[in-house]
Amino acid sequence: MTVRIGVVVFPGSNCDRDTARGLTVAGAEPVELWHEQASLDGVAAVVLPGGFAYGDYLRAGVIARFSPVMRAVADFAREGGLVLGICNGFQVLAEAGLVPGALLRNRSLRFLGRDVSIAAERLDTSFTSALGERRALRLPIAHGEGCYYADQDTLDALERDGQVLFRYVAPDGTPAGDDPRHNPNGSLRAIAGVSNAAGNVAGLMPHPERASEAVLGSEDGLGILRSLVESAARRTRGERPVEVGAR
Amino acid sequence: MSTFRFAVNVTPKPGILDPQGRAVEGSLGHLGIVGVSEVRVGRRVELSVDAVDEPAARAVVQRLAAELLSNPLIEAYGIELLGGTSSTATAGASEAGSR
Repeated sequence: MTVRIGVVVFPGSNCDRDTARGLTVAGAEPVELWHEQASLDGVAAVVLPGGFAYGDYLRAGVIARFSPVMRAVADFAREGGLVLGICNGFQVLAEAGLVPGALLRNRSLRFLGRDVSIAAERLDTSFTSALGERRALRLPIAHGEGCYYADQDTLDALERDGQVLFRYVAPDGTPAGDDPRHNPNGSLRAIAGVSNAAGNVAGLMPHPERASEAVLGSEDGLGILRSLVESAARRTRGERPVEVGAR
Repeated sequence: MSTFRFAVNVTPKPGILDPQGRAVEGSLGHLGIVGVSEVRVGRRVELSVDAVDEPAARAVVQRLAAELLSNPLIEAYGIELLGGTSSTATAGASEAGSR
């Protein structure tokens, strides 16, 4: 049976259809979840797509946090449901406190729309299990506020507990560090994606759905979507989840 | 019920990189201005609150500032009473409410 995965649509979301398409390619049945609905329609996992939810007014993601659907997503996450936030979706998750940290204005102050390279830190999570190997993935970014920030203690804890999922790297896979050619927004410790402590909620700034089939120029993002779909399917079948909270 | 007018000033916390502040600072040389440093760019939100008295109104603003207008990880806020129709309200009173 095809696993049903929800794609939340906020006013101002603009990657919801691309994300639904990517999930279809990855083997799922996408289900649109309108921001005003308080139920998740029994989906096996939820994706918060990119865009400019509620116009990104005040701070990116903050208004969306208080929408009815986000209360349902927070409950779903608390019960261990799989949630992935992409770009603006990552900002929403961070504002909601469902993943640690915050996304600050890019150091360059510029909105950046280009390809970057990221690499998964670990392959034993619900969001990276189908990647197969650790290599540089070429994915598009499109954001003005993508500079990952958390205080030093939190960053140390994230690294210690294996919550850093993706980092920006050079195309050859070497660490990006603070090099703005490879760490485009100035993210601390070149973090491009993180998960919560339990490992069931994750956010990343690059767009896997925009690199999920050959016609888009790259299939590097498909492995991330496929990881989510396969993990959600395993959970639906009652199998043990892949992710482990702490290493 | 009285109406109270407040301003909430939200600023990046100390130590948080503020590229906007840095960009403003970088432009000062072009204006021939010297001796200005530590520029931090924040946001000011003004609003009116209907409440029985000023403490009640301030409590509402406090909650709004903490839960919505600022992100406690990266921003501090200050609440400023701008005025009110009640006799207890003092125009211009302010308070450093950073946390």
